[in-house]
Amino acid sequence: MARYGLLIDVTRCNGCYNCQIACKDEFFENHYPPYSLPQPGTGHFWIRIEEKERGKYPWVKVTYTPIPCMHCENAPCMKGDGAGAVYRRKDGIVLIDPEKAKGLKGIVDSCPYGVIYWNNELKVPQKCTLCAHLLDKGWKEPRCVDACPTLALRFGDLDDSNSEIAKAMASKNIEHLHPEFGTNPRVLYANYPKLFIAGSLVFGDTDECGEGASVSLWTPSGVEVHHQKANSFGDFEFDNVGEQGSYQLKISAEGYETKFISVDLKGDIYLEEIVLHRR
Amino acid sequence: MTDHEQILTSCDNGGPIWVHVKGNRILRIRPIVYDDSFKPWTIQVGNRSFSPLKKATVAPFTLAGRLRVDSPDRVGYPMKRADFDPEKNRNPENRGKSGYERISWDQAFDIVASEIKRVQERYGKEAILGLTSSHQMWGISQYRFSSFERFFGFVGGTRQLHNPDSWEGFHWGLPHVWGFYWRLGMAEQYDLLEDALKHSEMIVYWSNDPDSTHGLYGGQESAIWRLWLKELGKTQVFIDPFCNYTAVLFADKWIAPKPGTDAALALAIAFVWLDEGTYDRSYVETHTVGFERWQDYVLGKEDGIPKTPRWAEKITGVSARVTKALAHMWASKTTMLGTWWGGAARSAYAHEWTRMILLLQAMQGLGKPGVNIWAVAKGAPQDVSFKFPGYTAGGMNLVAKEVPQNPVKQSIYRLLIPEGILNPPIHWKSPGFCGQSVEQQFEDYIYPLPGHSEIKMIYRFGGSYIGTMTETNRWVEAYRSPKIECIVSQVPWWEPETKLSDIVLPVCTSLERCDVAEWASAQGYIPDSQVACNHRLFVYQKKCVEPRFESKSDYEIFGGVAERLGLGDRYTEGNSEEDWIRKIVEASPLKECIPFEEFKEKGYYVMPLPEGYKPKPAMRWFYEKGEGLATPSGKIEFFASSLHKHTPDDKERPPIPHYIPSWEGPDSDLARRYPLQLLTPHPRYDFHTHNDAHSFWLWEIPGHRIIKDSYTWWPIRIHPSDARTRGIQDRDIVKVYNDRGAVLCIAVLTERVRPGTVHSFESCGRYDPLELGKPNAIDRGGCMNLLTPARFISKNAPGMAPNSCLVQIEKWEG
Repeated sequence: MARYGLLIDVTRCNGCYNCQIACKDEFFENHYPPYSLPQPGTGHFWIRIEEKERGKYPWVKVTYTPIPCMHCENAPCMKGDGAGAVYRRKDGIVLIDPEKAKGLKGIVDSCPYGVIYWNNELKVPQKCTLCAHLLDKGWKEPRCVDACPTLALRFGDLDDSNSEIAKAMASKNIEHLHPEFGTNPRVLYANYPKLFIAGSLVFGDTDECGEGASVSLWTPSGVEVHHQKANSFGDFEFDNVGEQGSYQLKISAEGYETKFISVDLKGDIYLEEIVLHRR
Repeated sequence: MTDHEQILTSCDNGGPIWVHVKGNRILRIRPIVYDDSFKPWTIQVGNRSFSPLKKATVAPFTLAGRLRVDSPDRVGYPMKRADFDPEKNRNPENRGKSGYERISWDQAFDIVASEIKRVQERYGKEAILGLTSSHQMWGISQYRFSSFERFFGFVGGTRQLHNPDSWEGFHWGLPHVWGFYWRLGMAEQYDLLEDALKHSEMIVYWSNDPDSTHGLYGGQESAIWRLWLKELGKTQVFIDPFCNYTAVLFADKWIAPKPGTDAALALAIAFVWLDEGTYDRSYVETHTVGFERWQDYVLGKEDGIPKTPRWAEKITGVSARVTKALAHMWASKTTMLGTWWGGAARSAYAHEWTRMILLLQAMQGLGKPGVNIWAVAKGAPQDVSFKFPGYTAGGMNLVAKEVPQNPVKQSIYRLLIPEGILNPPIHWKSPGFCGQSVEQQFEDYIYPLPGHSEIKMIYRFGGSYIGTMTETNRWVEAYRSPKIECIVSQVPWWEPETKLSDIVLPVCTSLERCDVAEWASAQGYIPDSQVACNHRLFVYQKKCVEPRFESKSDYEIFGGVAERLGLGDRYTEGNSEEDWIRKIVEASPLKECIPFEEFKEKGYYVMPLPEGYKPKPAMRWFYEKGEGLATPSGKIEFFASSLHKHTPDDKERPPIPHYIPSWEGPDSDLARRYPLQLLTPHPRYDFHTHNDAHSFWLWEIPGHRIIKDSYTWWPIRIHPSDARTRGIQDRDIVKVYNDRGAVLCIAVLTERVRPGTVHSFESCGRYDPLELGKPNAIDRGGCMNLLTPARFISKNAPGMAPNSCLVQIEKWEG
């Protein structure tokens, strides 16, 4: 028996929305008893993309996070209204029984990830089924993975060491989205971005880019964790900074006054131009 | 049609697909996945191997394909405008306002044929204008070069000359520097993926967003290449006033010059290299001519103004220090110039910038390993010696017994059609696509041609100019001119322009008929465009479902009209659509790879890279030889002798490229009234206007449309500082306007634009004026093209310049 997992590598997602559209293509006007009733034309996002613009002009990035149903091992949707109407297969796929769940709007609210949608016409809660109806027919992967052009989405048997997903798991930082929900999802995220602290250094006397200046970062607990040299544009960036809180930056260059900057890190921060003055 | 599930094949502008059908219904559309036994190529870089995925990676709109088939805005039946009576009153002033009534195909064919006959007998063959857009539904037997060209070859009519829209600044500039006029100036791309992976250290993407523009028709084949570039640690710098979709993923540095000032930035880079001696002197000596005059201009010996980074900073808004750092990095690292058809080529005097960036690469040894001009979305390893026709090759005309030649000499330039109708005569230079010689750019044209009639009838074959051309309110006016006695639209859907026609003929989609094509292959002016795909792939596009309602294929419609004109047998030669496909394929070398019946059954053939394939990177031959370009000197010309010969006094396109302030730029007088610079690139999630109007799944992508108060609005991106001074908040509805028109959009506040610049896609498929039929009505569909200028790039370069556009924005209270 396979132990299905879906691995999402956010650093490979280019925000093309192929997965969102492929999912709609699969389920709109298509009824797959006993797995699922048709999805409405619009308004449902059984896999959705969260776009996050980060930074400030001119240091800007966008992170795209695909969010399907998490197929939790400890699924909240299987409790309360969902008890008896939502079930979990041996391979890990969690399904809403379209018959038994009729009229049970409470199932929509039970999900802390917000991945269950109410079908107002058919009066039934609906969500991602990992295309179980296709997998059971012999398809290798669900539609979203099938349509993904960059291997941002990988699917397979976590217990098969030869599978793409098992191999990919070995080399990445794997985590759950919102681990504090405690639901133990089968959908895993690799390289989920943390925060960045960036800036552009300028040598004040020459008005040139502060290339080669040293930048060190101290964490809230006072440990110097990161160190880098500003690049040819005088830019530095500490990426994947883990926790919010008070950070210290020390910027130094031969012949220039050392600069200390305190950063109260709540979100990504671009410090803009930092001028270094001649000693 | 059978009742069990079938898997058929097709292809569109975004890639090849499997189409699952049951009965007369499409169940799903998915990308073609290659057989397990298929071996993709591998590029070795050091001890790492790079191989593409074993499946086609298609564009997002391709997966929404079935929505186009059963869209509520399909034209179901032949229609006649209610107050159009060819016998009595035509009421042209009501075009755009009138309703339509259904007619039969017999009636439709009769009216269309009799109008063609009447107009040609009364005025001459040239009194009909056949209009096509730049792109059609995929498939070579019914593309415009086939079905449409064949029809008008027999019938005759004024030729529409397309402006080289994708090329513009590249077309009007580059042939004067390095020839390649048969490619309209664009660079060869052969094997540049491998070249970049192995040899380049830095990629400078200049006005280039390959993640959105897909190498034209390549879907997302190159998406994984850019991940490889990142994995190999290549430095990726982006120059673009908008932090584009590729930049937000990969930019190590985003440099945002004000729109239209890129030439100043290029000059400053050249200045640094000249000043510091950091350019390839020996290459310049052996491979180029005219360098001294360029040097004089850059260093300030010509006009007393050295083009320093400090000089450029005042124009571009990019700091001198960043410009210098970029120049240093470009010179010290093996650098690929990543540019192709970008928006900076569609602005005032764009041929100056395009020439300059080519010259910059010439100063760094263009053609040596890792140093080239690369789309970053083309150049996969492929055997290009295998010749299969692309869509420009002529389709049916390739294998027909009789290939008709349109006898009419009169032509009209696409960008000037409204003026030609409303206020003739019109003059312009060049036949548009100057693919036969550089000299064609200087030829004088006039409409009407002496001794020829003006256009009296328009036959519109698909597409929509209102969403894609410039200052498109002019088109609305022109269509309603009483000079045009009849307008026929042959289209699958009710498009913005369709509601301005007299007769509407319903066309079926390519999913409702058969065809054949290679993925991404145009040939013609874009030789080997299929190198945007990882592998060459040929598709037998099958008829997946029956034509909806009474729609017919373009071939059937043209055949029906031709029949009424006594040309039916000559047009069809008794061939069915399948007959033509078989003949085209059997005339090609594809049968050496796969027997025709097997190809038809399986529906596609994906070609592995041949054993022993040896890459031949673009322009390496020139780097090694030092001559052989199609220029008078055979070398790269800093001083363009063709311009010196033909237009020596043209200050707007001089032999040495110059920085010339845009006629609608940030320092122009107009900027006092309209202070924001509007950028309108191609849409990311659609292919021009092909899907927007009907694919409601695109409307749920916030980068494409945003729902507010039950309407799906077109976004405009604005910097928070520009929004704040105007009292505009995120997701407010705003009016974007200038003297040419007004469009309602939804404001998206973003840090991705430099302050003073706003960004909104062009090519919306929906023209939704608040007052129907009135030319300058406020549109809320999102047709940004209503606002863009009709003025040409420069006086002798009749290219479109939509990105030289000034607007004002205010919150909409209506």
